[in-house]
Amino acid sequence: MTSMTREETEALIQEVLEVYPEKSAKDRAKHLTANDPAVEQSKKCITSNRKSLPGVMTIRGCAYAGSKGVVWGPIKDMIHVSHGPVGCGQYSRAGRRNYYVGMTGVNTFGTMNFTSDFQEKDIVFGGDKKLDKLVDEIEQLFPLNKGVTVQSECPIGLIGDDIEAVSKKKTKEKQKPVVPVRCEGFRGVSQSLGHHIANDAVRDWVLHNRDNDNRFESTPYDVTIIGDYNIGGDAWASRTLLEEMGLRVIAQWSGDGTLAEMENTPKAKLNLLHCYRSMNYISRHMEEKYGIPWMEYNFFGPTKIEESLRAIAARFDDKIKEGAERVIAKYKPLMEATIAKYRPRLEGKKVMLYVGGLRPRHIIGAYEDLGMEVVGTGYEFAHNDDYDRTIKEMGDSTLIYDDVTGYEFEEFVKKIKPDLIGSGIKEKYIFQKMGIPFRQMHSWDYSGPYHGYDGFAIFARDMDMTLNNPCWGKLQAPWKKTESESVTKAA
Amino acid sequence: MSLRQCAIYGKGGIGKSTTTQNLVAALSEAGKKVMIVGCDPKADSTRLMLHSKAQTTVMHLAAEAGSVEDLELEDVMSVGYGDVKCVESGGPEPGVGCAGRGVITAINFLEEEGAYDEDLDFVFYDVLGDVVCGGFAMPIRENKAQEIYIVVSGEMMAMYAANNIAKGIVKYASSGGVRLAGLICNSRNTAREDELIDELARQLGTQMIHFVPRDNEVQRAEIRRMTVIEYNPKAKQADEYRTLAKKVIENQKFVIPTPVSMDALEEVMMSFGLLEEDDESIVGQTAAEVGA
Repeated sequence: MTSMTREETEALIQEVLEVYPEKSAKDRAKHLTANDPAVEQSKKCITSNRKSLPGVMTIRGCAYAGSKGVVWGPIKDMIHVSHGPVGCGQYSRAGRRNYYVGMTGVNTFGTMNFTSDFQEKDIVFGGDKKLDKLVDEIEQLFPLNKGVTVQSECPIGLIGDDIEAVSKKKTKEKQKPVVPVRCEGFRGVSQSLGHHIANDAVRDWVLHNRDNDNRFESTPYDVTIIGDYNIGGDAWASRTLLEEMGLRVIAQWSGDGTLAEMENTPKAKLNLLHCYRSMNYISRHMEEKYGIPWMEYNFFGPTKIEESLRAIAARFDDKIKEGAERVIAKYKPLMEATIAKYRPRLEGKKVMLYVGGLRPRHIIGAYEDLGMEVVGTGYEFAHNDDYDRTIKEMGDSTLIYDDVTGYEFEEFVKKIKPDLIGSGIKEKYIFQKMGIPFRQMHSWDYSGPYHGYDGFAIFARDMDMTLNNPCWGKLQAPWKKTESESVTKAA
Repeated sequence: MSLRQCAIYGKGGIGKSTTTQNLVAALSEAGKKVMIVGCDPKADSTRLMLHSKAQTTVMHLAAEAGSVEDLELEDVMSVGYGDVKCVESGGPEPGVGCAGRGVITAINFLEEEGAYDEDLDFVFYDVLGDVVCGGFAMPIRENKAQEIYIVVSGEMMAMYAANNIAKGIVKYASSGGVRLAGLICNSRNTAREDELIDELARQLGTQMIHFVPRDNEVQRAEIRRMTVIEYNPKAKQADEYRTLAKKVIENQKFVIPTPVSMDALEEVMMSFGLLEEDDESIVGQTAAEVGA
């Protein structure tokens, strides 16, 4: 089924590497590979989680983005302070589309920007006093907040402010958690370390808060959703399926999540992990400390949803197993109708992906359900355990690229000529101007949800809408059309 | 005469501030127009000129006013003995914030506000003992101090520090015009101190510009928050500073230093009996083991 042979894919990688200086080419070669699903461990064919080369256009983010933007930001009833100069918080505000229910500015704060707005004097004299005062002001202006996190921007680490001491003091005064997070942007090689740091902060400052509080009434069917950020409502579309099969979702991390849910998570029977990359750390911790098992699942496309629902049900009694079958049966007509409608319009189309935490492997099944083929994929900030999981999902000899550079991505696209690209906002307009249909696969291009059965129907519609949009036939000016008609038709 | 900008470096506690202020007092006595810029959060570089405990600093005033843009030059500059202009950059208490950034901010402010006016003959930067980060190298970067004087004594650690500072100067000398102008020996009365520092200067490719002997008159003046020049102009020590000032005015020897290796430095010290030859057989032995 794959359109390129191993030799062709390897030749393409060599061709792209040729323009680099020798040392850079050697480095980048380790991050590019032709997939071999027979390989057991990805470290034999690809290197990941290494420092990006200076001078290339990397698409990565920073540790602050990983903590404030991804892990902590969506906890809706806490106030997340971007501690440092104003820019980091302001330019990332409300950009990730983590939907939530609540009255913003009253009992939820997700789309607001709180910052200590560092000035020169705060750098020179330190910002601890300012932070102390800021927490007081938050308490006065937003009394319904359930706690505060201090998301460190770069200068905090450089000048060595003691945010832990301030946080301890304010936690005591407020009788609410004030959580210091050392997610200075310069730490690590990508946003990935920010996820880890944020997980550690949850572990150290939040998770054990209700260890001796037995007021929570458990049931044998208590599960949590971990690592779903509710982008465009994803977590809701997932949650309904779990509830319909008879489980009780007692916490959502962190999309539409609350502090209380986080604190009650240790009471769960099973942690369901959606984004392995950003929240495997805390899942492993809960397994060690509280003995709570965790499992990964994939709710993209009916094939994977079915597999995952059955795998989850297998951890419970017959009631749940029956529930899973009931849910699968219930949505079958919707899925069949969706596929019947869109598959003929999308069959055989080639897709290239370049996204973040789990999507470069998780979405593959959804495309395959629509008869499409993913011919290239890659991660911004994956580790090798992510690629271990990816090589099995991808076809033989397909292209895999880690921390792809702007140049490489463009060259690969020119050569492979996919029918659709799924990546982020920074890539979108470059490829659209090249005449290639494009979907943002971080924000779902302001659409969604894409998770669950409901999400798949929307996903299929969006892919069709983008790919078969008549605009792609109208990229050429009419007076130039005669000489390049063949090109237009191809698009 | 065009403006000469000089920076004084040296090991902490070696007497940089005292030497600088006495030198500046002598320069002003000789009719030169001088400004001192203290680059140390302790803000003790101008107390002998102003008879004050510590001058209000640029950074503290900026913090009070909101930002450094809200300040005027008059707010931060005081005029002391001999019409010497005095400014302190200031900075945080030990253990918080970023003192280096304070120095950078303060010096940029002085430049923007035109503190370096045309009738000045000398600016002296008195810099914190240990150049711990880029901020404290600010005075020797582009368009700032061109001449570096290192205050040193015959003590081992002071010489190590001098050699290290010379390394820092080499780094900035290649990208700008900064040059080592000489070592000022502030005597601690160690044996053959003058010869030792002469030898160190020779190795670094520079000169010992003056040997300032130890004299309690300096302490007596300091208790009164005065320079020797002001407190007791007739004292012998005042003449020493006058000689130093004269040599600085006439100084022509500005070099890119040739810092020496650790081994070479230790050899010099050994040849002056300051350091004993390493006895490898005793390395890592405790007193008990030696006794046994």
